[in-house]
Amino acid sequence: MSAILPPSDRLWWKQPIDKVEWAWIAIAFVWGMVMFGMMIYWHIYGKQNLSNEAYKTTPELFAAKAEKFIAENTIRTETDQDIPVVRVPPGGDGYLIARLWAWYPILELEEGQTYKIHLSSMDYNHGFSLQPVNINIQVIPGYEHVVKMTPTKKGTYAIVCNEFCGIGHSWMLGRIYVK
Amino acid sequence: MATTYRTCPISGMQFEDQAEKLMRWNAVAGVLWLLVGGVTALLVILTRWPAIKLLPADQFYLILTAHGIDMLILWILFFEMAVLYFASSTLLRCRLATPKIAWLGFWLMVVGGIITNVAIFQGESSVMFTSYVPMQAQPHFYLGIILVAVGALLGTCVFFGTLVVAKKDKTYEGSLPLVTFGALTAAIIATFTILSGAGILIPTFFWSMGWIKEIDAQLYRMVWWGLGHSSQQINVAAHVSVWYLTAAVLFNAKPLSEKVSRFAFLLYILFLQLASAHHLLSDPGMSAEWKVLNTSYFMYFAVMASMIHGFTVPGAIEAAQRRRGFTNGMFEWLRKAPWGNPVFSGMFISLVSFGFLGGISGVVLGTEQINMLMHNTFYVPGHFHTTVVSGTTLAFMSITFLLVPVLFKRELILPKLCQIQPYLYGISMGVLGLVMMGAGTLGVSRRHWDMAFSGAPFQYEWPGAAYLMMGLTGIFGVIAVIGGGLWILLIVGSLLFGKKLDGGKVSDKPTPIPSNTQAASAVAHGSDHIPVPGTVVLALLLFVSFVLYYFVNWKYLSEVWLLS
Repeated sequence: MSAILPPSDRLWWKQPIDKVEWAWIAIAFVWGMVMFGMMIYWHIYGKQNLSNEAYKTTPELFAAKAEKFIAENTIRTETDQDIPVVRVPPGGDGYLIARLWAWYPILELEEGQTYKIHLSSMDYNHGFSLQPVNINIQVIPGYEHVVKMTPTKKGTYAIVCNEFCGIGHSWMLGRIYVK
Repeated sequence: MATTYRTCPISGMQFEDQAEKLMRWNAVAGVLWLLVGGVTALLVILTRWPAIKLLPADQFYLILTAHGIDMLILWILFFEMAVLYFASSTLLRCRLATPKIAWLGFWLMVVGGIITNVAIFQGESSVMFTSYVPMQAQPHFYLGIILVAVGALLGTCVFFGTLVVAKKDKTYEGSLPLVTFGALTAAIIATFTILSGAGILIPTFFWSMGWIKEIDAQLYRMVWWGLGHSSQQINVAAHVSVWYLTAAVLFNAKPLSEKVSRFAFLLYILFLQLASAHHLLSDPGMSAEWKVLNTSYFMYFAVMASMIHGFTVPGAIEAAQRRRGFTNGMFEWLRKAPWGNPVFSGMFISLVSFGFLGGISGVVLGTEQINMLMHNTFYVPGHFHTTVVSGTTLAFMSITFLLVPVLFKRELILPKLCQIQPYLYGISMGVLGLVMMGAGTLGVSRRHWDMAFSGAPFQYEWPGAAYLMMGLTGIFGVIAVIGGGLWILLIVGSLLFGKKLDGGKVSDKPTPIPSNTQAASAVAHGSDHIPVPGTVVLALLLFVSFVLYYFVNWKYLSEVWLLS
């Protein structure tokens, strides 16, 4: 019987399954396991995994740590807003504040060095979208996310905000230099 | 309770009076919301098209919020209520349980939808569909959605009640029909979804009233997506049921195996809800273990279910066509399918689009590490326009071409245009999804007003290809809006001006489904089996595309900065 009528065989669960269907189910199952295994494999052998290190924080606490970091490591200021350019010590910690509507400060990194970049928001959700590399990380108020990053290429990078955060969302653009 | 039953002369289906009225009102309300959603879609598209950039920023975000709510919640939910009443009362040929409560649910949804839209268009609630805290909308924005959810929950309960009525009144024998079983799956997922929604939106409403001081931003995201993503899983279960329904009505197709199809629906119930995690993969608050386990629906069991339906639906059609004598070669069954019938063409484009575009992109997007390449980029709306629009919406549109004569007793107007509509809409929406994903792959953000970043302290120039993709998004978006508008025109036009058709005999008593089940059961075993080589080829094509695209994205990932 068709799919809009009760199954013609009242004991439909006892009907044998055709070989072709079994084969497709098997393919789907194995492929699912491969995809599942792939994520675990990448955690062990892959070089791009999002950090698990995160802490509860408050905007005040995070801003205080970031300001201390900026005060100690600023090398110059840029633009007419005098945004500090902060050199993150190789292997050390850098802080990046997301707030309405700016990424603060500008970070300066070195190619091939590994950094612990601390991300948090002062207000709403924001989206850390590093371009043109295209790495995208959610930034949430009240959470400090510590992401280990190793730039692989010199250049000037943009941080686009890609989580809607109000009227100024479209001009919330930050910068990272890799020397 | 006194009611009447009408037997449709075209389809032989039996409509109970109250259920019929509810289906019509829900479907019409859905279409009206689709109209609002379509107008907002055009405005969104014309603003994101870099060469046009129609609206100023504040209006763009307002309109985008309305587009999300009116399409994803209101159009889809109203239509799904009609599907639930159809799958219960009509397919089981019984009266609807507690029609008064069903009407209460309907009006709650109407009032709630209007309240939320008023809040949005007043301009103080441009918080997007997701309304992430601590960004705050006006209290009635949340209140409206809560009313819609309560209304939908009542409708879902009426559906469950109607199943009980059918069992009690013995209007069918044996097990539920597969389509009703699929609708039951959708209803069970809907119950979970709506409870998650209540769990987050009620506190958020209290917070907007000032009764609660704070809601944790990460917790909000997790529970909200229990609503936001699971509601898309209701759509999957509903439109897969509609696919089976279409195959059954047009081809008298029977499932290749009741056991396999039902088992696949069962997997949906067990695992689909975990997909809330898809939206949290780039969040700080969850561990990698949590993400891997949840994003994969506990080891991809729900993906397996969708792959099974993707096989059994065309397989059932192929078997039915071969039974009719279209047995030449691999694909005569498909070539000789009724491509001029919009009910079929729409359903088949929906199936292909959901499988090849939406399904594959969804699994890739939901892979824990690969998500970092796409999270919040234009890839995300690209993906869900190929699932919920050219998948779910197109399936609903195509079944409506069947419902106009059967349920509304009107002949379709302009049959030539009806034939074109699924192609125009389905193909343009599919291409739209692809170019949106293309732009997202190049990094372009979703929900973003200005690719030029005017007013920013720095400059960033997107690659030329990104502008090209956004231009194409504009072009195909406008075509898709025209295709959607055409559908509304054809359906509303048919309801108003189509030739009235004979409604068929009306009776005081339901005629139960004839019990020919015993006699037919001998046929179901063994001898009736028909091989489906064409479907096997299509399925393998899907599998190969899937594997290639999946690993291409791992390759992309391996080229970005090192992260740990």
